[in-house]
Amino acid sequence: MRGNAEMHNLVAPGELGAVLQLLADEPGEWTPIAGGTELMVAFSAGRLAAPKLVSLWGIPDLRAIEVTPQSVIVGAAATFLDLRRNAVISSELPLLARAAGWIGSIANQSRATLGGNLVNGSPAADSSPALLAYDAEIEIISVRGRRRVPYSGFHTGYKRNVLSPDELLYAIHVPRRFADHARYLRKVGTRRAMAITKVALGATALLENGMIREIRIGAASLAPIPMRLWQTEAALLGRSVTREAMQSAHRALLKEIKPIDDIRSTAEYRRRVAMNLLDEFVLSLRPEGSQS
Amino acid sequence: MNKSERASPNQHWPAIRFSVNGRAEQLKVPPMKRLLDVLREDLHLTGTKEGCGEGECGSCSVRMDGELVNSCLVPVLQAEGAEIQTVEGLALDGELHPLQKAFLEHGGAQCGICTPGMLMASAQLLELNPHPSLPQIREALAGNLCRCTGFIRIFESIAATIAPDCAGHAAESTLEPTPHAR
Repeated sequence: MRGNAEMHNLVAPGELGAVLQLLADEPGEWTPIAGGTELMVAFSAGRLAAPKLVSLWGIPDLRAIEVTPQSVIVGAAATFLDLRRNAVISSELPLLARAAGWIGSIANQSRATLGGNLVNGSPAADSSPALLAYDAEIEIISVRGRRRVPYSGFHTGYKRNVLSPDELLYAIHVPRRFADHARYLRKVGTRRAMAITKVALGATALLENGMIREIRIGAASLAPIPMRLWQTEAALLGRSVTREAMQSAHRALLKEIKPIDDIRSTAEYRRRVAMNLLDEFVLSLRPEGSQS
Repeated sequence: MNKSERASPNQHWPAIRFSVNGRAEQLKVPPMKRLLDVLREDLHLTGTKEGCGEGECGSCSVRMDGELVNSCLVPVLQAEGAEIQTVEGLALDGELHPLQKAFLEHGGAQCGICTPGMLMASAQLLELNPHPSLPQIREALAGNLCRCTGFIRIFESIAATIAPDCAGHAAESTLEPTPHAR
């Protein structure tokens, strides 16, 4: 069944205040649409349920990338090409820049937005592991005001998040304090381009005298939501990279992830690859030349 | 839906304005109508093809305000005020675009369904980066699927466009190492 354009209304108020007012006046009635790389796929296939849509495309406040001394603040409707072309993101937030390059093709990256990737809430979302590793914060806006939540608490269940019906994801705050941290990002998919993640891991860590002082690990496709691996982190925190530390990290990892069998992979494969990626990251933290 | 089934065709929708290949257009169409369908059905620009209809294959690639987009994923309202370029806009005054010539000479097109998208993606690449490496060419075309050529002749066509004076050799040197050998 093909989608029928006459069955949907789409409006483009062109400025943020008007969009928020619409969402406040009829909460839950309007579906925001940014670059359309998710919703238009559903529309084409005739499975877009939203009768009323409001366009976020071309609203300048939503697309800005602002750099402050503390953070890079990415407007929710900044595209992945915007991210890749931003000099501060490429130099200081390489995990995010790399994740942006994972999104589909150039023609997808020119339209797909960072906010859209998060609101869509796929467990396989390409930008999530990097944002979790960088401890990003989400800024939410409505006519009632603004609020901020840690990204690690944004997703509340499969394709669900903390947004109320009158709220819009406004910006993603990515701290700049991770410049000196060790970092890691790897996606395992069927092929290099245009493939949805089977497993992805992103991580940052800070070492002091061989001890892990800070560590953040984000995972995609290992649970119903893109998840922060809190227990795995706890198993490594305060320890040096030893066989014992890695074994306890493996146990914690296997306890907290909930991989499934689906068309892209199997739970067993995902478990193994997750452990391999974790090992690859943790072993990279050893002082150079050490063997153990 | 069959056009004749519409109660009052094109009357109750707001006018949407944009330009296509330099020509100003104004249309009354449903705002959720895909740019792809507007180009093909309303403007009769059938060079832009539909392959998958879900942003995976790139056959419907056009340029919108200087960016490559999949026109199957653009609701036409979001093209309001935009400058669109389609494959029909590549040739100038009856003279084929260098990429079009190269695709003809080097076997870059076979059945032709992917070709308009390949050309638009290649044109976009060369505009931003006139001398791309093979990995850059491959990345730029990663979202454009071809089921005939095996891609190599397409890459060779682009390489020949970069250095038309020594087409054969250019293709070889630009494409070293060949994807087969890796």
